[in-house]
Amino acid sequence: MSTSTSGGASGAFVDVRDLRVEFPTEDGLVRAVDGVSFTVERGKTLAIVGESGSGKSVTSQAIMGLHNRKTTNIAGQVILDGQDLIAMSDEGVRKLRGQKMAMIFQDPLSSLHPFYTVGKQLVEAVRVHQDVSKDAARTQSIEMLERVGIPNPDRRIDDYPHQLSGGMRQRVMIAMALLNSPSLLIADEPTTALDVTVQAQILQLLQDLQRDFNTAIIIITHDLGVVADVADEVVVMYGGRLVEHGSVNDIFHRPEMPYTLGLLASMPRLDKGRADRLDPIPGLPPSLIRLPAGCVFRPRCTFHDRVPGSLCDTVRPDLVTTGPGHEVRCHLPGEERRAIAAERLGARFEESAS
Amino acid sequence: MSGYIVRRLISMVLMLLLLTLVVFLLFNVLPTDPARLTCGKSCTPAVIAANRHNLGLDLPVWQQYWEYLKGIFVGRTYGSGTQTFTCDAPCLGYSFKRGEAVTTLIKEGFPATFWLATGAFIMWISVGVSVGIYAALRRGKWQDKTVMGISLIGYSLPSFFIGLVLLFFVVLRWGVLPYPSYVSPFENPIQFLQTMILPWIVLAILYAAFYMRLTRNQMLDTLGEDYIRTARAKGLQERVVIRKHALRAGLTPIVTAAGLDLAGLLGGAIITESIFSLPGLGTLVVSSVNDADLSLLVGITLVTATFIIVANLIVDLLYAVIDPRVRLI
Repeated sequence: MSTSTSGGASGAFVDVRDLRVEFPTEDGLVRAVDGVSFTVERGKTLAIVGESGSGKSVTSQAIMGLHNRKTTNIAGQVILDGQDLIAMSDEGVRKLRGQKMAMIFQDPLSSLHPFYTVGKQLVEAVRVHQDVSKDAARTQSIEMLERVGIPNPDRRIDDYPHQLSGGMRQRVMIAMALLNSPSLLIADEPTTALDVTVQAQILQLLQDLQRDFNTAIIIITHDLGVVADVADEVVVMYGGRLVEHGSVNDIFHRPEMPYTLGLLASMPRLDKGRADRLDPIPGLPPSLIRLPAGCVFRPRCTFHDRVPGSLCDTVRPDLVTTGPGHEVRCHLPGEERRAIAAERLGARFEESAS
Repeated sequence: MSGYIVRRLISMVLMLLLLTLVVFLLFNVLPTDPARLTCGKSCTPAVIAANRHNLGLDLPVWQQYWEYLKGIFVGRTYGSGTQTFTCDAPCLGYSFKRGEAVTTLIKEGFPATFWLATGAFIMWISVGVSVGIYAALRRGKWQDKTVMGISLIGYSLPSFFIGLVLLFFVVLRWGVLPYPSYVSPFENPIQFLQTMILPWIVLAILYAAFYMRLTRNQMLDTLGEDYIRTARAKGLQERVVIRKHALRAGLTPIVTAAGLDLAGLLGGAIITESIFSLPGLGTLVVSSVNDADLSLLVGITLVTATFIIVANLIVDLLYAVIDPRVRLI
């Protein structure tokens, strides 16, 4: 990967390079995102995975330009279709928001304005970016509601958000995001607030719409089940850093970073016996103000004793390429990492070897 | 919705009845004998007894209460023979101290209080809310800190202090305004304004300080809501996000507070009225307390409480209009 200066040289549709987001607070500088890079192509889905506070939502909001730039330090590049959004003016980014890139959020009830009908909110979204009459915008909105699977959209459009079910609300949010046919859709925990059957429907809907619109999707989640369902590529974040990056197969079948292993081990599985307890990662995510020296995952890592010397305590590990498109940030030697993965996820390996 | 209003009206009437009972009983257990107050120093027990009978104070308490209630709806007549006094409905009692029906006294005092309250209300709402919004939009910056500092000062200065200081400098020392003397705005608008401007300011300072904080905090809460982030994610201009999305939701709770505060003030702003000797309900309260004029005090208490109860209903109905989530059933 070359560090060319002209935007879009790599050709990727979305190209995030060395993104840094810092919030100065009275307690100190919060390094919410520290040097994150990834790319997404149109029609593909990238999942960003991590615990709360790992920086995944901050990353997505930085791409959308939703941080107040006066109170936030943002560095690096976010190249969308050849344009660097970080270098662009606030007004320039605003015009792209909701048009070229759109976002849906975790809790659809609190994300919709309680005082306005669904129709008003949809029509508004159309008319920010398109010079059309209210009636035309309404017609468009009804069509989009139908498209996302809302029954009787011509009547539902005049409902208030609280009159709809949770799944319906999230469909409205998706409709609102898609009204201006964005080429990048960011979904921040889109199914977390929904019950399981509705979750599956919403994910299916996102995939169908992705096919129709050829959208690049970035999905933020802590649910590895969702990742397995929809993602092509996965970024694992920890303590504001990218710790592992690879295809969905790499992450599920050839994980190498102990944190990724921990996430996989703590995932409930139906094929395991009831006696097998879940295996949580010990400890808590680090404070983003006072990150540990060395590897940020070191305090919770059970394998640091296999690294020679005190490397884990003193040196920040670099991101190393371990396979095609597969990057890991870990001091463990490659064979050691793979041995640990085989040992921890043995059963899974055998199953999926075929 | 209409069913809701009917039910609210019925419960309002019940509440007012309960209120009359409580207030009436409360003032009846006070150790002052109203009949004793009806005549001066050279009073014979016979006169007191006669007056007591004329005022109906020799009846049992429950019967007095019944007479009182009846008086509110159909009016009543005090005394007998040549010394009768008719008190038309709604009769809130008879002030033997002033020789006047309580209703008449309240009617006389109400205009001054009404003008004071509404004028100050307009001032404090326009200043308090707009400054509060301004502070919220500049959260944490020096403008915000200045506004909050000023609001704290305004909030901590007692109105009798501001009132007296203003009166002393503006009227007595500098002579910018003539000494306040209340007239009806329809009679002499200039003198009315000259009289009212200081009381308005005094009253408005206290409330504006409170409303600045209230508005600022409401706005900050609203600006942190998810739907504001959605509005920004749509690509709306910040101006539209604030005006259309944040203000609408952030200012709704202000309506409730404003309605109740205005209603409370319509019952008299005791300190402000006293300082500027405005002939309003507040001044009436003070003098009725000084004179132990119980029937007048009961009357004003009831009127004030009625304002608040009615305002409560209006505010609730208004809320249902503003917030579609509120269903009146």
